[in-house]
Amino acid sequence: MLEVKNLKVHLDTASGIVKAVDGVSFHVKAGETVGIVGESGSGKSVLAHSLMQLNPVPPATYPQGEIIFENRNLLDLKEKELRKIRGNEIAMIFQDPMSSLNPVFKIGNQLMEAIRTHQSMSRQNAEEKALELLKDVGIPDPKSRLNDYPHQFSGGMRQRVLIAIALACQPKLLIADEPTTALDVTIQAQILELMKDIQKKYGTAIIIITHDLGVVAQLADRVLVMYSGRIVEEGITGDIFYHTSMPYTWSLLRSLPRLDSDIHQRLKSIQGQPPNLVDPPKGCNFSPRCPFVTEQCLEVDPSLVDRGNGHRAACILSESEYEERKHEIQDIEREGVEQ
Amino acid sequence: MSEALLEVRDLEVYFPIKKGVLKKTTGNVKAVNGLNLSVNKGETLGIVGESGCGKSTLARTILGLEKPTSGDILIEGESILNYSAKQMHRLRRDVQMVFQDPFTSLNPRMKVSEIIAAPLKAYKMTDNIEQRVKELMDLVGLKPEYHDRLPHEFSGGQRQRIGIARAIALKPKLIVCDEPVSALDVSVQAQVINLFEDLQKELDLTYVFIAHDLSVIKHIADKVSVMYLGKMMERSDSESFYNHAQHPYTNALLSAIPLPDPGKEKTRERIVLKGELPSPANPPTGCVFHTRCPIARDYCKENTPQLERKGNEEHEVACFFPIEKGMVEAGSENLLR
Ligand SMILES: Nc1ncnc2c1ncn2[C@@H]1O[C@H](COP(=O)(O)OP(=O)(O)OP(=O)(O)O)[C@@H](O)[C@H]1O
Ligand SMILES: Nc1ncnc2c1ncn2[C@@H]1O[C@H](COP(=O)(O)OP(=O)(O)OP(=O)(O)O)[C@@H](O)[C@H]1O
Ligand SMILES: [Mg+2]
Ligand SMILES: [Mg+2]
Repeated sequence: MLEVKNLKVHLDTASGIVKAVDGVSFHVKAGETVGIVGESGSGKSVLAHSLMQLNPVPPATYPQGEIIFENRNLLDLKEKELRKIRGNEIAMIFQDPMSSLNPVFKIGNQLMEAIRTHQSMSRQNAEEKALELLKDVGIPDPKSRLNDYPHQFSGGMRQRVLIAIALACQPKLLIADEPTTALDVTIQAQILELMKDIQKKYGTAIIIITHDLGVVAQLADRVLVMYSGRIVEEGITGDIFYHTSMPYTWSLLRSLPRLDSDIHQRLKSIQGQPPNLVDPPKGCNFSPRCPFVTEQCLEVDPSLVDRGNGHRAACILSESEYEERKHEIQDIEREGVEQ
Repeated sequence: MSEALLEVRDLEVYFPIKKGVLKKTTGNVKAVNGLNLSVNKGETLGIVGESGCGKSTLARTILGLEKPTSGDILIEGESILNYSAKQMHRLRRDVQMVFQDPFTSLNPRMKVSEIIAAPLKAYKMTDNIEQRVKELMDLVGLKPEYHDRLPHEFSGGQRQRIGIARAIALKPKLIVCDEPVSALDVSVQAQVINLFEDLQKELDLTYVFIAHDLSVIKHIADKVSVMYLGKMMERSDSESFYNHAQHPYTNALLSAIPLPDPGKEKTRERIVLKGELPSPANPPTGCVFHTRCPIARDYCKENTPQLERKGNEEHEVACFFPIEKGMVEAGSENLLR
């Protein structure tokens, strides 16, 4: 349904050209959920915005690549044609629900507006549809809530309204950029349940972007791991979490605070800082922080290598070299603990 | 009891709601609404709760920055409420705070070395300030060559290290950490959590560690307290707490945290709470949690549960119908949607 080929998005800033998305390829099939994870600044939002060309130009430029959605390259379309696709076939929800709703219009009117922009429908039918959508996303007493303004809703409820607006035209693809990051954990749990229900009901394909690997484990069929503007690993969710063959993903998984750890268990942190995207390191971008690093890694920039079953990883180590090195690292750690 | 470094007794902190031209007080935001806690020397008390439940207000009151409406705060057995100016000055040295947002809490025009030296100068702690700043930077893992840099030249994790260095500079007895890792990226969170643990061992520090995430608390706390709408729902030593959480709210919090493990996520039983957090200006009657509680009965609407021991010595819960061990795992009908 969606296929992104070798996409580059550059941002022209005062300190130089930021290669925010640096040659990314992936696809999304109808009805599936793809999770995109990565640390802050790895390019997740710029990538998501580029799919609907919502990055402000300037600073953004698209020097290379294709975004094929239902046999059309979105990068070739005119703004007018894009507008037909946005909100209609592809919808997007953002991290901050307040800034995406207009504070001076009633919730009901904003919903009906969204419905009527893309479907010709009488006011009355649109109102009925709006009610049904609010009910679908679990707003209690939706009828009286249609006349409320956004500030009268809590953060969780506003996020539900945005999901309702996104669903108004039954899009084929829903892009959710950190939809729960600003919310409390119990409200996050409600929204994640809602997204699962919606997918079941409407069969919408979902791209969920988050830095929370727990959210991805819960929702995604497949996962893309981003690091400094690149996809460094891709695979079905189980392969990424249980059979990663990429040192960054491995390090990230080990560094997480986990509810299923022991009390006071020491975290295995990743050393160093994320790379500078204006002037990335030579060789592999992760090499300055990588516990597996070899001399070759400082020279060679690895490309994604196929590991079978749709699993791809950007690391020059072969699977057996990776496993061997992993055991060495774990042995050293164990000795360190015993001393 | 006398060994407690910090004790909070029946603490209430209300903020008046003023309306109209005459600014008449029409009600109160009950930010902290009857809290008790104590922390022993060398211990870490973890405090969790959702946005607006009063965590920061509690922290600020412990530091003497907010005046309690009623109740008491004792440091080493002595009430801080009637402190003289001189004693208050000493309190500002002995109790330090680390904030959530390391950026807004650092003066953007001061060099790192100046930020860390400021409290040393104010309290004339040492004759050799330069040497001490060097030591402190080393302790928190900041390279000596960063000495002259400004805060904006640092990443979030490094800025939090600066905040920690400043907090430990005066060898405080207690450090109150208000969500110190919530704003940090996943990959640097672990570094900072480990730093807190290392410094505690090295300097024999006592922490009150506030977070909204029970998985972070698990890696650092000896005792855990759960807050909801200005009240304490459950408190316990970590062992008993994570082994068997008794309050329905705690169980909901625990089951709301997504595990980075797709296999477990698929099979896991989950309590998804309905509805939203009520307002602390107008808290529900009876048990404040009853409006969202999956097992609330009529009784809970009218009666207010107190923190009480149920079984285990160190484990207290404010609930008339606490959850028995294994109930969530077994997917007990009335608990799960
Ligand atoms: N408008 C802009 N001008 C200049 N640089 C930008 C702009 N927007 C993003 N960037 C830079 O592009 C890179 C990628 O940013 P992006 O927002 O995509 O990261 P992200 O992965 O979404 O991070 P987060 O988890 O913090 O949301 C970063 O280095 C960021 O500083
Ligand atoms: N100075 C103040 N005046 C009036 N109300 C206040 C004041 N400070 C806090 N409040 C209110 O008191 C309640 C508790 O706020 P507090 O900041 O302590 O919560 P918190 O648990 O720290 O939340 P968060 O997780 O969002 O930081 C909130 O409803 C808040 O709006
Ligand atoms: Mg982003
Ligand atoms: Mg707070």
